[in-house]
Amino acid sequence: MININEVIETNKMVEEETLDVRTITMGINLLDCADSDLDRCCERIYKKITTLARNLVSTGEEISCEIGIPIVNKRVSITPISLVGGSCCKTPADFVKIARTLDKAAKEIGINFMGGYSAIVSKGMSAADELLIRSIPEALACTERICSSVNVGSTKTGINMDAVRLMGEIIRETAEATRERDSLGCAKLVVLCNAPDDNPFMAGAFHGVSEDDAIINVGVSGPGVVHYALKSIRGASFEVLCETIKRTAFKITRVGQYVAQEASRRLGVPFGIIDLSLAPTPAIGDSVADILCEIGLEHAGAPGTTAALALLNDQVKKGGVMASSYVGGLSGAFIPVSEDQGMVDAVLAGALTLEKLEAMTCRSRYDCHSGRHTGFVHQRTDS
Amino acid sequence: MEKTIITVVGKDTTGIIAHVCTYLADNEINILDISQTIVQGYFNMMMIADFAHIQKPFTQIASELNEVGERLGVQVKCQREEIFEKMHRI
Repeated sequence: MININEVIETNKMVEEETLDVRTITMGINLLDCADSDLDRCCERIYKKITTLARNLVSTGEEISCEIGIPIVNKRVSITPISLVGGSCCKTPADFVKIARTLDKAAKEIGINFMGGYSAIVSKGMSAADELLIRSIPEALACTERICSSVNVGSTKTGINMDAVRLMGEIIRETAEATRERDSLGCAKLVVLCNAPDDNPFMAGAFHGVSEDDAIINVGVSGPGVVHYALKSIRGASFEVLCETIKRTAFKITRVGQYVAQEASRRLGVPFGIIDLSLAPTPAIGDSVADILCEIGLEHAGAPGTTAALALLNDQVKKGGVMASSYVGGLSGAFIPVSEDQGMVDAVLAGALTLEKLEAMTCRSRYDCHSGRHTGFVHQRTDS
Repeated sequence: MEKTIITVVGKDTTGIIAHVCTYLADNEINILDISQTIVQGYFNMMMIADFAHIQKPFTQIASELNEVGERLGVQVKCQREEIFEKMHRI
């Protein structure tokens, strides 16, 4: 039987250490919505999304209330639109029309974001891929909840440099197209390498072609929880440090697993994966940089940072794998400068240089087989 | 059986348990176990209750219990037991 200390511990994680389930993301396959007529294609897309994800938001809120742990976002990821719209879109404007349809569907079902306005061009670009990429600036400027991503490389194929070059222009155009709103368009655009098919986190989420017709993926976070746990064992040996990270990752992942299974059962949609990523938010105490400092660094970026991050990623993954057989997505640590107060402080203190950040992101990438280093590309264009 | 954990946290006053239990009895919620402790000067009580016979939706009971707590100046939460099982048991 559960004892009072375990209950207090869980509630403390939520109330003081910012534990939350970051997102329930429903992946929806739209390949069967493809049509040679644009209007008919849009109509099918709208209908499929609003039917399948009709109860997503209410179910998320219900589960959140019953377990007393916030579920911050409810989202939808869809098949890369360059595949779905390939047969009916002849100009970038045609793709923008699909983007508007998606935005309308997103608002109808009340989700925070929809990801999958994407193209996978890691080896080469088809005509449709290029049209979609060229439509990104306008699509992100005229919609609110649509996220876009472009996968420009993979370990197997290398990097598609033509796509990289094109994306350089597109990022700039996107920034200009939304200049009145702090260039918000760029916050909804990601350039990835090795993008996983089942990532629930925005803006890089899309529903890969190797997935089910519909699935539920859950993203859990909790840098604050790991930070507090490490604080309580300050001065202990590396063995204790690693053990503590593993135990904490285990508990966080279990929360995600439960939420995913419940959501899957209630919505009648199969459960896909749990993505345990230590993803910071600007809130105080919700920082990955703080964890690195707690491990023993003076600042994020100081000598030893790469080793500390490698250790953190490794242990988080080991704890996560023990907790769930379905760990996927990007699973690792996410280290964006602009969303992490500890990282911002490190930059202001002069401790974190662009070169160091690059080394850190490579560390994350190799660990996760993922494109989390895109945060870096993004930051560089930002600043 | 639908086990639910009800926690009450706040400054200790007379009648906390009485008020909460009255509400539970009125809603056909059977209490299986009660334990309490003082953490950093705050009163912490945990009840394991059976929600199998409730007539209202879970969310409504949760918010009504929260109101009972507000009147007493304490925080009352109710959460499904499964979440704790998942987190703390292998």
